Amino acid sequence: MSEVADKVKKIVVEHLGVEESKVTETASFIDDLGADSLDTVELVMAFEEAFGVEIPDDAAEKIGTVKDAIDFIEKQKAA
Amino acid sequence: MPEEATSTTPAAGTLMQGRRGLIMGVANHRSIAWAIAQACAAQGAELAFTFQGEALEKRVRPLAASIGSDFLLPCDVSSDEQMDEVFAALEQRWGKIDFLVHAIGFANKEYLRGRYLDTPRDAFLQAMDISCYSFVATGRRAAAIMNPGGSLLTLSYLGAERWIPHYNVMGVAKAALEASVRYMAADLGADGIRVNAISAGPIKTLAASGIGDFSYMLKWNQYNSMMRRNVGLEEVGNSGLYFVSPLSSGVTGEVHHVDSGYHAVGMKHPDAPDMTVE
Repeated sequence: MSEVADKVKKIVVEHLGVEESKVTETASFIDDLGADSLDTVELVMAFEEAFGVEIPDDAAEKIGTVKDAIDFIEKQKAA
Repeated sequence: MPEEATSTTPAAGTLMQGRRGLIMGVANHRSIAWAIAQACAAQGAELAFTFQGEALEKRVRPLAASIGSDFLLPCDVSSDEQMDEVFAALEQRWGKIDFLVHAIGFANKEYLRGRYLDTPRDAFLQAMDISCYSFVATGRRAAAIMNPGGSLLTLSYLGAERWIPHYNVMGVAKAALEASVRYMAADLGADGIRVNAISAGPIKTLAASGIGDFSYMLKWNQYNSMMRRNVGLEEVGNSGLYFVSPLSSGVTGEVHHVDSGYHAVGMKHPDAPDMTVE
């Protein structure tokens, strides 16, 4: 697992208070991990802070799963 | 160039010992209302909080608990009944209060982009109701149970005074809020109750996530403000503490800028790079 994936999962576990085993790459924040709409905004803000990247609104709206977040952040960091 | 201030937390003290206040508008640990609450709690203030709905309650409750408060009340400021209940509960438990921090605003996100001209009536009235009238309505109820020397504080933004891209109907509502500060200050001045606003520079809060191109605003302010950096939550918290404490006992009707001096800037800083919205 990549460093980004590791860190993303850790943030999700911490923020949503869910078990680590549930935070799979395909897990949807809202449908599988019990996030509400404020959680999704807060998660994006936490990712921005942790990785020093910018996640604009239109991109944030498309981040629905753990994998979406990892992919976006890895792409940003590579850029 | 530092992006934000280094820690400016003053040592804990007793400035607010024996003073009780209501904090409205904490959403999470990044909220300006929370920064003010923390600064007050560190000086010995006893605090109550309101929240709107379960999603916010589950966020506010642990924060309140972290500073020893279990006094949480539900409040939707569009409901006169709920506001009545909040202040009745405060009066019942505390008798009198000493300050109110109002950090509430709302505008339909759809109209925080595009042309202000296209704001429909319902979106306009809702923004005015939640972002401006709620300060009048809660201020009136708070003043009725407030000790002399009390203080009402609200939060504004430069978009009330100048055109700021995307701020639109919120800017107009904040202009009405700033005017309300002056009229309320006159109404309550003889009772020894002060009314002020802090106009903070942009800070990435939950509410800010609804404003278009917010990271561009942050960068613009960082490069072009007099102090060449953005303000931190703690700084607004400390200024808030000043307004609800006796330190500002001679200050009312004021809109105080905590924005690294940006409000007084007339032109882009020569050293600031050219920027485009990403």
